[in-house]
Amino acid sequence: MYVAVKGGETAIRNAHKLLADRRRGDRSVPALRLDQIVEQLALGVDRVMSEGSLYDRELAALAIVQARGDMIEAIFLVRAYRTTLPRFGYTRAIDTGTMLVERRVSATYKDLPGGQLLGPTFDYTHRLLDPELAAGGDVAEPEQRAGEAEAMPRVSAILAREGLIEPDGDMPGDHVPGDITREPLEFPMARDIRLQALSRGDEGFLLALGYSTQRGYARNHPFVGEVRIGEVELELDVPELPFAVPLGSIRVTECQMVNQFKGSAKAPPQFTRGYGLVFGQSERKAMAMALCDRALRASELGEDVIAAAQDEEFVISHSDNVQATGFVEHLKLPHYVDFQAELDLVRRIRTEHDARENAGKDEEKRQAAE
Amino acid sequence: MRGREAREQAERKAVMATLAQSAGDDIVRLWDEAGLPCEAELLRGPETGLVTVRGRIGGGGAPFNVGEATVTRATVRLASGHVGHCYALGRDKQKARLAAIADALWQDPAHRNEVEIRIVAPLQAALAKAREQRRAETAATKVDFFTMVRGED
Repeated sequence: MYVAVKGGETAIRNAHKLLADRRRGDRSVPALRLDQIVEQLALGVDRVMSEGSLYDRELAALAIVQARGDMIEAIFLVRAYRTTLPRFGYTRAIDTGTMLVERRVSATYKDLPGGQLLGPTFDYTHRLLDPELAAGGDVAEPEQRAGEAEAMPRVSAILAREGLIEPDGDMPGDHVPGDITREPLEFPMARDIRLQALSRGDEGFLLALGYSTQRGYARNHPFVGEVRIGEVELELDVPELPFAVPLGSIRVTECQMVNQFKGSAKAPPQFTRGYGLVFGQSERKAMAMALCDRALRASELGEDVIAAAQDEEFVISHSDNVQATGFVEHLKLPHYVDFQAELDLVRRIRTEHDARENAGKDEEKRQAAE
Repeated sequence: MRGREAREQAERKAVMATLAQSAGDDIVRLWDEAGLPCEAELLRGPETGLVTVRGRIGGGGAPFNVGEATVTRATVRLASGHVGHCYALGRDKQKARLAAIADALWQDPAHRNEVEIRIVAPLQAALAKAREQRRAETAATKVDFFTMVRGED
C-alpha cells in the first residue's frame, strides 16, 4: 500500500530562514561581497567553475556564498543554473600554444623554449601559517622583468621531433565530438567524451585515482612534460558573421603527462601521453586528470586492465560529484514507506527463523531426553 | 577588391575582440566621454546564454568539449541601416548592447574614425598595458639556471 506523507511545510520554511540567518552569521561582521570572493578566494572560484562546468567567476562566487563555502553544494548550484540558459553553440577549439602564460613548468626539460616560469605558485613555500596575513597588512607589488615575449611551444611538440612520443590524440576524420550534457553516458566511450567527463570530475576522486596509479595500481611511470596556466581566447562561429566572432579570454590549466611505455602487441615502445585541461588555475586537478586519462587508455594501448583507475565505467560513472552527492544524500530523505515494508519483511523472516530455531532446539531436547 | 574586403573583416574582428575583452564599465565611461549616440533599434537581445568551450586532445589533436561559459549577445540596427553584433563572455547586457552599437557605428564610414579613436584605441591601449604587465610579472618568476663547476677543469 502506498501512503502519501504530507506535512512539514512550516518546518521547511523556518529551516530555510534559519539557514539564511546562519549563512549571514554575526551581523556585526561585514557581509562578504562577490568581488572579494572572486579576487581573494580565486582558486575556490576556479574549482566551482571547473566542476560546475560553467565559466563565470561572479556566478561561482555567488554559489560559494550561497552554499556557505560548501564546494560541492556550490558546484550543484552552478550546474542547476546552467540548465536555465539557452545554448549559442560550440566554440572553436582553443589553442593552448598561443596562451598568455602565467605559469609554465616542465619536469622533463630544463631548457625548453620560453623557459620555466614559476608564476603565482604554492610550490617552494614552507607551508607555515602566516600571522601577517591574519593581521591584514599591505602586500607589496610583484616584481617585473622586461624583455621580449618569447614563443612557448607545447613541450609535446619538442618531444615529437625525435619520434619517440605518440602524437596528440586523433579521432577518425568524420568523428563529431561527443557531449555528455546532450547524450547519456555509454560504455565503452571515446577518449574525447572521457576527457569531457574528467574535466568536470571531482578533484578529490581523480586525485585519489591518479595517486593510486603512482602507488602501483596500473603503474605507468609518469613525468610532467608540462603544466601551463594562462589565458586563451575563445572564438565562436555564428551564421550572422563571415568570421569567427571573438568572445574574450578564459583562464585554463593544461597538463601534458608523459608516460614511459615498454610497448605491447598494439603499440611500439615509446612515450605515451595523458592529457588534462580544466577551467581556471588548478594544476592538481589537471595533473590528476592527465594521470586518469592515461590509465583509462589501457585497452587502446593493449595493457591489461587490472586496477580501478583503468576501469572506464567505474571511473567515469563515479567521477561526477553532483551525481554522487545526489545519490548518497538522498538517503536522508523520508523513506518511511520503504522502511516500513522492509521492517515487516524482516519481522516475518525473523519470526520464521525463530520458529525454525525453536523447533530444532525442541528436537534436540527430545533426542537428549530419549 | 577581395583583399580589401578581407582586410576590412580582419579589422572589424579586431574591434569586436577589443570590445569583448574590455570591462563593461570602461566601455560605458569612454562612451559617455565620446558623446556617441547610444540609441539603436534592438533586433535581438541583449540575452545571456552558453557556449560550450572546446579544447584539443593532447593540445593539438581531435577536439573535445571542456565545459560551458556564459556569453551575452546583442544585435542592433542604427537609423542609418547599419546592423551591429556583439558576443562577449559574461552576463553584462549593457556592455553587449553598447558593443553591438559600436560594431554598427564602426561599419558606418561617417562614424568609423570616431569609434576607432574615442573607444577602440583607448580600450586597446589599456588591454595591451595590462597584458604587458602580466607578462612582465610572470617573466620575473622565470628560472635562470646556472651550472656549478666542480674541480679544476
